[in-house]
Amino acid sequence: MSIRFYLPKDAASLALGADRVARALTRAAAARGLDATLVRTGSRGMLWLEPMLEVETPEGRIAYGPVRPGDIESLLDAGLAEGGAHRLRIGRPEDQSYFARQQRLTFGRCGVIDPASVEDYRAHGGYRGLEAALAAGPAGTVEAVKASGLRGRGGAGFPTGIKWNTVMLAQAEQKYVVCNADEGDSGTFADRMLMEGDPLTLIEGMTIAAVAVGATRGYIYCRSEYPHAFAALEIAIAAAERAGYLGANVMGSGHAFHLEVRLGAGAYICGEETSLLESLEGKRGLVRAKPPIPALKGLFGQPTLVNNVLSFAAVPWIMEHGGPAYAAYGMGRSLGTLPIQLAGNVKRGGLIETAFGLTLREVIEDFGGGTASGRPLRAVQVGGPLGAYFPESLLDTPLDYEAFAAKKGLLGHGGIVVFDDTVDLARQARFAFEFCVAESCGKCTPCRIGAVRGLETIDKVLAGESPRENLALVTDLCEVMTDGSLCAMGGLTPVPVMSALTHFPEDFSGRGAKLPLAAE
Amino acid sequence: MSGRDLGRVSGYESWDAERAAGIIAGHAHREGATLPILHALQETFGYVDTAAVPLIAEALNLSRAEVHGCLTFYHDFRKEPAGRHTVKLCRAEACQAVGADALHEDVLRRYDVAWHGTTRDGQVTVEPVFCLGLCACGPAALVDGEPVGRLDLDTLADALTERAA
Ligand SMILES: Cc1cc2nc3c(=O)[nH]c(=O)nc-3n(C[C@H](O)[C@H](O)[C@H](O)COP(=O)(O)O)c2cc1C
Ligand code: SF4
Ligand code: FES
Repeated sequence: MSIRFYLPKDAASLALGADRVARALTRAAAARGLDATLVRTGSRGMLWLEPMLEVETPEGRIAYGPVRPGDIESLLDAGLAEGGAHRLRIGRPEDQSYFARQQRLTFGRCGVIDPASVEDYRAHGGYRGLEAALAAGPAGTVEAVKASGLRGRGGAGFPTGIKWNTVMLAQAEQKYVVCNADEGDSGTFADRMLMEGDPLTLIEGMTIAAVAVGATRGYIYCRSEYPHAFAALEIAIAAAERAGYLGANVMGSGHAFHLEVRLGAGAYICGEETSLLESLEGKRGLVRAKPPIPALKGLFGQPTLVNNVLSFAAVPWIMEHGGPAYAAYGMGRSLGTLPIQLAGNVKRGGLIETAFGLTLREVIEDFGGGTASGRPLRAVQVGGPLGAYFPESLLDTPLDYEAFAAKKGLLGHGGIVVFDDTVDLARQARFAFEFCVAESCGKCTPCRIGAVRGLETIDKVLAGESPRENLALVTDLCEVMTDGSLCAMGGLTPVPVMSALTHFPEDFSGRGAKLPLAAE
Repeated sequence: MSGRDLGRVSGYESWDAERAAGIIAGHAHREGATLPILHALQETFGYVDTAAVPLIAEALNLSRAEVHGCLTFYHDFRKEPAGRHTVKLCRAEACQAVGADALHEDVLRRYDVAWHGTTRDGQVTVEPVFCLGLCACGPAALVDGEPVGRLDLDTLADALTERAA
């Protein structure tokens, strides 16, 4: 029987040399005359072990990692094909505590299956959600999503079922389903991992949505920083079309759904849904004032359902197992599971899908193993560039939308970025303004001008120029931006700035004539 | 090597209005075709020549100002040819947390370029990006579109050598 090897082609695994490992393995297997197949998968998300090579054995898949090309010969000598002992042997991935403690509802297949294969997808439970949705009908599907308690995973946490209901009830000739795959936040990569590792789950989720709201066309707006995700989506869409899961007659149901993936062009603001729609229409990504909401007047003025990748991808599981089963996970009003992304200065960074409610400390210490540098942790930024910097003393905050808001923080898309004690929070505050200057759409004054003034003023503080007066000015400016910005770009840039000032005031006072590092 | 030769050396085609018009026509029927067209032009020529603006405007029935606005709004689109290799360095927070700022200073110094600049030999263009989704293995980069993690000066040099081979 042929030996089956599995190796990710997830971008993070590629970044750590997975393709070189694949070439070394293929070459060595051929030289030894082994009858071997290499399946390229997504990543299981234990990124410090990538490239992680797995081999199928009677006891299940046995993993080795991190594997370098130079390890292949010694691995084969050690009986890799039978799961033999080797210093890189990890054992079954499912038995690793990092993995075993997770609740993988959305990411259950990621890292396991061949992302391009509809057959593999189906063999692992794929398309049961769509079957259930077709049986339940649009109203039944929307009810199930409501009952699941699913809230949009893109950041704002708006109840998904309510949005679906609005689009379903809207009257129009043409409706659209749009997936926000812009994932611009630093520290987030769950959308990317799903799109590369199990794109059919997203496609199935969007198809269920299309049938439920009565849309016949859909777009996935994928950021251009993710060329591999884009390619994986194109391949998966073509495979789904060939198998009759997309196109003029979805699974013979009489529903049409045509899906296309579009590439962004390097603009953070195009993650904001109205700006994304402008971009899809072929324009500059300027934010639109709301109302009207996209659910009623979205792409090309038609009712449009816009959801994040993970929101859509949660739906197949919900339809297969029922809304209440999903709602049984989580805490408070944050129900179901959250794909947590652990990154930055952390020993064991990766993707962790669990029910809402773990504390930041549990994630960083138990899963992450502390800082990568071995130095004390000093700050944690959660929720991307518009999220707050938390000090050590807030690490017991549970991952829950409301609990974070209560601490003037943001759970956002679930990205956690760890910093050790070498971080300078005044510089991080400066960066928040710098980012806003670079990425503001420019439509409204508080954001467009405010960020520039904020940057100048922080620079004065950094240079030791009347710090007290200038910090008062920064605080004022932040208030204006919070109250007067059209969207959350200008409205939330004050969050990282003010959290840095509030929790780390010592970094702003007593500065000498230190000048900014990377003057552009 | 003169700047003019870069397009040819890098495997991109030299700007050609007729070829551009063909590419534009190939996408013009799509809903909201501007971005797909700009991407296709950049893929072919390595940049978007401003001479393409009136061609796109006419094909899509837009004003030149609208097309020009689009071309300049998005960070991806270049109005001049880049070097043979493009290195996109992530400047966002998770990479900062593992020393990206200091590394970038070293990179810019070692290659003697500024952000968005091209080395004097025309080999390498260095561009900043905000997050590549490689945040758990930073500092991160894309070298000619291929991801590189745990970047330092040596891995960058290796990646460039590998791309050149
Ligand atoms: C500046 C800004 C950037 C955003 N970036 C993203 C993004 O990258 N991905 C995303 O899904 N939502 C992003 N959002 C949120 C979207 O506007 C929108 O709420 C979301 O796509 C809705 O989908 P959901 O309900 O499934 O979360 C962003 C919002 C703002 C204000
Ligand atoms: S807050 Fe900034 S990004 Fe948002 S609409 Fe105003 S200018 Fe544009
Ligand atoms: S922050 Fe650098 S890759 Fe995400």
